[in-house]
Amino acid sequence: MTAIQQKVTEPVSDELALVQTAKSGDVSAFEELVRRYDRNVFRIAQHITQNREDAEDVVQDAFLKAYSNLNQFQGQSKFYTWLVRIAVNEALMKLRRRRPERMVSLDEDVKTEEDSVPREVADWSPNPEQQYSQAELKEILTKTIQGLPPSFRTVFVLRDVEGLSTEETAEALELSIPAVKSRLLRARLQLRERLSRYFQKRDSGDGKQ
Amino acid sequence: MKCSEFLQELTNYLDGVLDDRTKAELEDHLAWCHNCYVVCDTTKKTIEIYRDSQLYELPDDLRNRLRSAIVAKCEAHKKAGPQEA
Repeated sequence: MTAIQQKVTEPVSDELALVQTAKSGDVSAFEELVRRYDRNVFRIAQHITQNREDAEDVVQDAFLKAYSNLNQFQGQSKFYTWLVRIAVNEALMKLRRRRPERMVSLDEDVKTEEDSVPREVADWSPNPEQQYSQAELKEILTKTIQGLPPSFRTVFVLRDVEGLSTEETAEALELSIPAVKSRLLRARLQLRERLSRYFQKRDSGDGKQ
Repeated sequence: MKCSEFLQELTNYLDGVLDDRTKAELEDHLAWCHNCYVVCDTTKKTIEIYRDSQLYELPDDLRNRLRSAIVAKCEAHKKAGPQEA
C-alpha cells in the first residue's frame, strides 16, 4: 500500500515580492494574493462554520485583516500559513457567535477514544463513490464531516483537503505537532467509520442503505 | 505488533513519514491482519474521497463579487490611514 500523495501547492517564489509590494500600499499586488488563495480560504471557512453566508464574511474579513496587518507578517512562515491562521480565527469567531451555547475552541481535546477504535471492518466496494450521484455523494460527505467536533474537522481539512504539512497545520492553529497528529488520526478514523455505513460492500442489492 | 499499535502509527504510515524498520513492521502486520488491512485501505480511501470531493467550491460570480468587495475595502483602508481595520 503506497503513501498518500500530498497536494502540490503553487510555487511561492514570487510571493514574498508580492507581499512586499502590497506592504508598500499596492492594492493590485494584494489582489493577486487574494486570487491565489480565496478558494482555499472559502473552503476552510465553509468547513469550520458550515454556513455559506458566514464563509463569505470570513473571506472578506480575513483578507482585510491580512491587508491591514501586513506589516506584522515577517516572512518566517509562508504567507498562506499566516493567512490561514487569520481565517481560522475569524471562522471560529463566527461559529462562537452562532452557537454561543457551545464553547468552540481548538484546544478542546474531545475524549472520544472509543470512537476511534474501528468497529466497521467490512471492506468497501471497489469504487464506492460511484454508487451515488454527485449530489448524493456531496450530501453524504458534508453530513459526515459535520458530525466531527470543530477541532478535529479543522485539522482534517487543513491537512488532508488543503494539503498543509503537519508543521504548517500546527503553526496555523497554534497547536503542538503531537496534538495535530492525534487529532488527525482520530478525525480520519471517525470519518472512515461513518463513511463505511454508505460505502461497504454488500452481498446483494445496489449498495445503498 | 498488536492492532492497537498499528492504529497508533496509521497516520504516519499513510503520510509516508515512517522509518524503514517501522514501516516494514507495519507491513508485516498488514500481511496477516485482514481487519487492519481493511481499516488502512478504507482510511486511505476516505482521505482521497474528501480530497477529490470539491466540496464548497467557490462559484465564479461569487468569487468576483467577494474580490471586488475586498479590493474596495483595502482601498478604503489605505485612504483612511494605517489604523486597524
